[in-house]
Amino acid sequence: MQAEEKFTYETWPAEPEKATLEAKNKFLGFWFFLGGETVLFATLFATYLALKDKVPSADHALAKDIFEIPLAFAATMLLLTSSLTSVYAMYHMKNFNFKKMQLWLGLTVALGGAFLALEIYEFNHYVHAFGHTFTSSAFGSAFYTLVGFHGAHVAFGLAWIITLMVRNSKRGLNLYNAPKFYVASLYWHFIDVVWVFIFTVVYLMGMVG
Amino acid sequence: MSTYAQKKGFGATLWDYLTTVDHKKIAILYLIAGGFFFILGGLEALFIRIQLAVPNNDFVSAGFYNEILTMHGTTMIFLAAMPLVFAFMNAVMPLQIGARDVAFPFLNSLGFWLFFFGGVFLNLSWFLGGAPDAGWTSYASLAMASETHGIDFYALGLQISGAGTLIGGINFLVTIINMRAPGMTYMRMPMFTWATFVTSALILFAFPPLTVGLFLMIFDRMFGSNFFDVANGGNTIIWEHLFWIFGHPEVYILILPAFGIFSEIFAIFSRKRLFGYSSMVFATVLIGFLGFMVWAHHMFTTGLGPIANAIFAVATMAIAVPTGIKIFNWMFTMWGGSIKFTTPMLWAVAFIPSFVAGGVTGVMLASAAADYQYHDSYFVVAHFHYVIVGGVVFALFAGAHLYWPKMFGTMLNETLGKVTFWLFLFGFHLTFFIQHFLGLMGMPRRIFTFLPGQGLATGNLISSIGAIFMAIATIVLLINVIMTQVKNEKVGNDPWGDGRTLEWAISSPPPFYNFKQLPLVRGLDAYWLEKMEGKKEMTPAEPLGDIHMPNNSFVPFVISLGLFIAAFGAMYRADTSWGLLVLILGMAVTLGAMFVRSIKDDHGFHIHKEDLMDDDNDKGAKA
Repeated sequence: MQAEEKFTYETWPAEPEKATLEAKNKFLGFWFFLGGETVLFATLFATYLALKDKVPSADHALAKDIFEIPLAFAATMLLLTSSLTSVYAMYHMKNFNFKKMQLWLGLTVALGGAFLALEIYEFNHYVHAFGHTFTSSAFGSAFYTLVGFHGAHVAFGLAWIITLMVRNSKRGLNLYNAPKFYVASLYWHFIDVVWVFIFTVVYLMGMVG
Repeated sequence: MSTYAQKKGFGATLWDYLTTVDHKKIAILYLIAGGFFFILGGLEALFIRIQLAVPNNDFVSAGFYNEILTMHGTTMIFLAAMPLVFAFMNAVMPLQIGARDVAFPFLNSLGFWLFFFGGVFLNLSWFLGGAPDAGWTSYASLAMASETHGIDFYALGLQISGAGTLIGGINFLVTIINMRAPGMTYMRMPMFTWATFVTSALILFAFPPLTVGLFLMIFDRMFGSNFFDVANGGNTIIWEHLFWIFGHPEVYILILPAFGIFSEIFAIFSRKRLFGYSSMVFATVLIGFLGFMVWAHHMFTTGLGPIANAIFAVATMAIAVPTGIKIFNWMFTMWGGSIKFTTPMLWAVAFIPSFVAGGVTGVMLASAAADYQYHDSYFVVAHFHYVIVGGVVFALFAGAHLYWPKMFGTMLNETLGKVTFWLFLFGFHLTFFIQHFLGLMGMPRRIFTFLPGQGLATGNLISSIGAIFMAIATIVLLINVIMTQVKNEKVGNDPWGDGRTLEWAISSPPPFYNFKQLPLVRGLDAYWLEKMEGKKEMTPAEPLGDIHMPNNSFVPFVISLGLFIAAFGAMYRADTSWGLLVLILGMAVTLGAMFVRSIKDDHGFHIHKEDLMDDDNDKGAKA
């Protein structure tokens, strides 16, 4: 079968992520899925903007009291860089260089993991320093839901990429798993794009009040 | 001897259906499950009409009435109409485009089982402390105040079944884009396929807002958040917006496939090409697009202000234009045709005036100033039953008769079919026409009883009598189904004699690989074109070769079951010690099943050319 065929650098197709019908379907279906995800996050953003700084009384911390640029900036750099490393991974996937792809994916996972650790620290900090929790106010609910949904996506993406790396570590690339790596990297880029909006809407716009 | 035609025992058949990834079998699963919920929703409707038959009735209590009306609406929309529409999409669309299956057979199965477990979960509320009671729209101001677990059942059940619908939508989109047979260009696709395509796009963009809305409700009710808690800064209008940003496209998700089914019927039984095919495609796409621009017409009295109301009023009225295009095209299709009044055609012809009546009241309601009078009255109830019953349910009945031979290989009895039709048509108008006037006389919707001497008694009694006719019509259909299946007289490829599209070119039911050789499509109404040239079958587009098919899988069932278990955990987490454990266990089952799916390779299998040739000799029929 085509999907199980052994390849060499010379016979590897130019677009392995779209080389079989299954792969074409997966590629297109995943783009549609990301379209749906876009609406999902747009809805969460709208909810956040409607409930930003909506707190029961004046002694609750507001966005301008809570957010700090250095932390959000560090998180942004980590995630943006991880997106870049996943681009390198896909570059090597297209060149049939399995080892280098795994290396760059490993780096992506490490950066994503660091981002997630920073986010956990951040949430913990807000809870203890400001009493800003999921249940403290509508603002808190909306903030943790929007940023938390993104964080859950990061966690899921990490588990997904690690699963792919481990599952395929011994057998290298073929047309069955190449599309899987490719859509995982698409997912990772999507998470990155969402974060750019979170950085802007939640943190930057939060700073200016 | 063909290996595919052997008789199987009950256990083997059950296992086959639990694990099937074949779009035709999944269609049958959708038909059975959707039909079951349709009867359930119908019984709830009967309880409503019995309670309202006479003034001051005490057939049910006020609280129980709220549960019944909520579950009637929720069941009919999410668990009956949508799955039944999905049944026909699954059964017919892949055949119409000349495909051997959908793009993601595994996900097709997953979509069904998610819907099924979500629906079962929602209905278990009847036995576990009370059903949801805040109306099918479940406005947050009511839902947050509801004391039983009913609303939790609603939010969690719809979340699970909604995920299934979203998966189905993506699947159909990719199928139509990537899997069309050679020559099947977009503008040669049958109207029902076009309707499926646009509907799937609507599902993709309309369901995520519902997902978020339901999450907010789940979080507020079960995890202590404050989205809808005004005292803590929340805002209940957010729910209204999210629900209707989903809810309005949802009604087009239901009606567009109905339009598709009727377009097929008008062409087949007028023995004419569908009039204005390209304008029909254009109108379908335009309705889909405009469907997203009008959600606030459900909220005219919420207080968004005159500018917002005016914009949404005009946008709403604009939808009458593409819909009118369609109505005229159907009439022009019949014009000069040699019409055969079969059961499906009767439904289609009756659909036009019934649906137009619903459309006219729709334009009346779209006028924001007038809506302040109609709002929350029986006029609204009459309006949406005219479009949803007169449009969608008529199409489901018509589609059931039209496609029954393609799905089961045997024809429903035409005489009984016509009895069903006349009883239902009569009962439908008797029930709902008078409700316009009840509404104009001031009867509010969702009340559980009314007083005598207010001029509402006669109208309500007439309405209740009409409901009995619809019930009898449905019973006649069930008798028809049982009789037909017991007799099981097999029919050929094209039992109506005038099939135009590819599904009628292959046997009824089709072999599990659908097309032995993919057909060459040479124009709109591909099979009709071949017939007009005196050919009996499609010209193949490829030599006979091995066919690649997907493997069956039990994993979709397990993934859905895990979410079903987790939903119980989420619901009882706050009251019990075991709730959290069950939640974690359920999620572990789901994620574990997904992990297994991810690490186990699934390459499918091949049917070899030689077996296909054997099969040919057995059946004596060609694909």
